[in-house]
Amino acid sequence: MEQVIVNGIYSGVQYALIALGLTLIFALMNVLNFAHGQMYVLGAFVTYYIYGVLGMPFFVGLLATAATLCLVGVAFEKLLFRPVLRRSSREESSMLLAAGTALLLESLILIVFGEKHRGVPSVASGVLRIGDAYVPYGRLLVIVLSTLLIVAFILYMQYTRPGRALRALAQDREAAQLQGVDVDFYSMIGFAMGAVLAGLSGAMLVSISGVNSGLGTWISIKAFIMVMIGGAGVVSGAIIGGLILGMLESFGYQFLPGGETYLVIFIGLIIFLSLRPQGLMGKPWG
Amino acid sequence: MSDRNLAARGALLGAALLIYLVLLPWLLSDKFYYLGVLTTASALSIIAAGVWLTFYIGRINIGQGAFALVGGYACALLISDVGLSFWLALPLAGMLTALVAVLIGYPILRLKGVYFAMITLSLTETARLAAQSMGVLTGGAKGITSLPLPGALEVFGITLIPDFSTISSHLGFYYLAAALTILTFAAMYRLVNSRIGWLFRSLQQNEELAASIGVNIANLRVIAFAISSFLAGTGGAFFVAMQQSVYPNTFQVQDSVYFMLYCFLGGLGYVFGPIIGTFVLFLSFEMLQGLNEYQPLAYSLLMIALMLWLPNGLLSLGESRRQRRAPPAGRVPDTVE
Repeated sequence: MEQVIVNGIYSGVQYALIALGLTLIFALMNVLNFAHGQMYVLGAFVTYYIYGVLGMPFFVGLLATAATLCLVGVAFEKLLFRPVLRRSSREESSMLLAAGTALLLESLILIVFGEKHRGVPSVASGVLRIGDAYVPYGRLLVIVLSTLLIVAFILYMQYTRPGRALRALAQDREAAQLQGVDVDFYSMIGFAMGAVLAGLSGAMLVSISGVNSGLGTWISIKAFIMVMIGGAGVVSGAIIGGLILGMLESFGYQFLPGGETYLVIFIGLIIFLSLRPQGLMGKPWG
Repeated sequence: MSDRNLAARGALLGAALLIYLVLLPWLLSDKFYYLGVLTTASALSIIAAGVWLTFYIGRINIGQGAFALVGGYACALLISDVGLSFWLALPLAGMLTALVAVLIGYPILRLKGVYFAMITLSLTETARLAAQSMGVLTGGAKGITSLPLPGALEVFGITLIPDFSTISSHLGFYYLAAALTILTFAAMYRLVNSRIGWLFRSLQQNEELAASIGVNIANLRVIAFAISSFLAGTGGAFFVAMQQSVYPNTFQVQDSVYFMLYCFLGGLGYVFGPIIGTFVLFLSFEMLQGLNEYQPLAYSLLMIALMLWLPNGLLSLGESRRQRRAPPAGRVPDTVE
């Protein structure tokens, strides 16, 4: 049982990191970033290349991932989403654009990195024992790093000037603009931050379970589930949603055969959303 | 609309039908590959019409693949396990899909915007997982294979449609798809220009306002969703009959996204948008055969370019430049042609 809980925490913390990026982009721009899973896969491949192929230290891989995804985020926001959002406020437009970027990233990743499953040598060896549960140090490192990132993210949002600007932007775009917040600039920063968060979680995961180019859609769907559980556009919701999904998955894999875990989760989700459409922490819409 | 305009449109429609029903099958009657491509495009446009209808009530439906899969499995099971004739299984599969859509639709249609998009996207994946894990019924990952070709359709001893194995089945499927497509789009045209079409349009523009003047929005959106899924189920069933097999991967998330793309390419403000979008996209790809490997890349670039430069679709090119810009954010043109 301890093992199941530890596994749940391990996936949950990672998932929370993924959901955080998605919810940030949604809160700032009202854009559902379909390409989130593909950004995650891209991050994983960058680290695979730097750390696994070139043999540089793992942290260099993480840095390179952050830099790459930052560029991708900036480019997406500046070149694609900004012009489309400016011209049309129809949700369909930004949604199809987002689906297009997801397909674009996925096919580019497939062309550049091929379809093989890639793994890297583990970052840390050895196993930690807690009661009946075993935690390999590699996984422990992922848990610690993810938690640190989440805490850093919250502190940044709460206590720095740019963080305050981002929160203002999420609350009310026009009011933020009237107060002198550079809306375009901070949208770009926010999009880049979301992309970096997705990439970093991919980069960490590559050291545990490897990566392949077809993983993206599935990661995006998981991220959507977490955001739906927690409520879209709310930081606490993303973290809670991530932890809940991690636990559900861990318990499901323990007690249910094969792919049925997600079948049960989906059905549960539909029932849950019909009772509480805005998720656990989300505000009712209006 | 002036009489001359109307006559011109009628002539255009007649010419299109003539090419579609007489010229193309006659030219291609022994080129099975191209006949198959056209048949596929017709069937896809039926499914895309369903997606268009959900756009029409203001919802972004990325779950059409799920319903096409449900229809496909329903048709396969009705034929192989129940032993029904294909001609009964096809409409029944559509109706069963619509029933599933009503059951799922009541709770999830309460969701709006991105929430609805997210849940429908998850539905596509759920359907695949369900098909995979309900092995007793669906055959798991191996799917259901070697379904028979459609048999003869006889009413009171008169053969209306001959057994597909006695004629050129490619031509048979082509005409079946063509008939279904024409029926679908005629019905869609009638639907959106009827009273209920106006009500659908009111949902798209403002649900609260519509509800406040006495429109039963909960029922209406379920009706639209059921029609949309009926089309998905029928299209899916047709596909399965044509390929004589169905697998959990027959319709995937990517297909659901492509259906959206077809609608957008044609133009969301036009009933005939989905058919134009599907045919243009699907056929232009067959012409660029070397590109097959890069199809997702090309599709994605096209989607992005479309959103940047032609957000109202191909059919908006037929309107004057000013009109094309005219539909303000948040709605499609009031009259649908």
